[in-house]
Amino acid sequence: MPKILVVTSGKGGVGKTTSTAALGAALAQANQKVAVVDFDVGLRNLDLVMGAERRVVYDLINVAQGDAKLHQALIRDKRLDNLYLLPASQTRDKDALTEEGVRRVIDEMRERFDWIVCDSPAGIERGATLAMRFADVAVVVANPEVSSVRDSDRIIGLLDAKTEVAEKGGRMEKHLLLTRYDAGRAARGEMLNVDDVLEILSIPLLGIIPESEDVLRASNVGSPVTLHSGTSAPSRAYADAARRLLGAEVPMDIPSDKKGLLVRLFGRRAA
Amino acid sequence: MKLFDFFNRRASAPVARERLQILLAHERASVSNSNLVALLHREVLAAVSKHIVIDPDKVEIKLREGDEVSLLEIDIEISANAPALSEAAA
Repeated sequence: MPKILVVTSGKGGVGKTTSTAALGAALAQANQKVAVVDFDVGLRNLDLVMGAERRVVYDLINVAQGDAKLHQALIRDKRLDNLYLLPASQTRDKDALTEEGVRRVIDEMRERFDWIVCDSPAGIERGATLAMRFADVAVVVANPEVSSVRDSDRIIGLLDAKTEVAEKGGRMEKHLLLTRYDAGRAARGEMLNVDDVLEILSIPLLGIIPESEDVLRASNVGSPVTLHSGTSAPSRAYADAARRLLGAEVPMDIPSDKKGLLVRLFGRRAA
Repeated sequence: MKLFDFFNRRASAPVARERLQILLAHERASVSNSNLVALLHREVLAAVSKHIVIDPDKVEIKLREGDEVSLLEIDIEISANAPALSEAAA
């Protein structure tokens, strides 16, 4: 039974696209057949983070409107042959994407994939509601910061009201992915800690992604962080989160890159 | 004084948590109430429309929240020459 997963947050800049790419790649590394779909019409970026920006020919709207076949628009990842990207359109017409169009594309993708990971645009407008519309699992990405947590709360409300699952009286499966987490600052009381955010949002925790320079390094070169540096802290955290999505019991910890003094002094040159 | 500032500066996360808890309790209540009002609007309209011809735009429902009691106002304007459905059918 294929899973439709939406990665959403309300607030922009908290790591939806980074997380979509990293979780999509991690699921593919776990031998799942995965498609990542960019719903950010007009401001597509998943192609860039995946390193496929020069291979985009057709996009989601072309397929939804019947101007291109699904297989023409899907871009196969160069590193993993069971990972595909369906890019967003760069059109400025936000109404070009319709609910019926999205339904048709997703129904067709169900035949081909185990996981369809939908990267939501920021906000609570049409693009965001369409990205979550047909999902059966939601990953709510939040930073340990007041505005992000507030917006996540709004998005959780929408997931429980505006999705097809919710309208049919079902329950949307929701998970929290806490990104850009700094365990040191949280311990010193300078940053909301994991328990604070969980208490406020009351949805189960999928993973804690530590703040890390490796995330920017990976996006610089167009690679999901899980493919770029498999042993880095954020990469391990995303891989654990993907395993939890697949139903595995993985102990919750915050991977870190704590190094000894010698590595700190001399390791940089080698990196 | 400097030392005091130093310690004071550290504990900003509990402030963030408290502010969020208060704000979200309020926002969740107002969002669920707006859904409630929309639901009441639909159902009242449906119930009254069974018996009297009414203009959906002339139905007003307000929920005013007070500290001790809240007030639900239902205002339905009926045109003087609107027939009751049972009469019209007869």
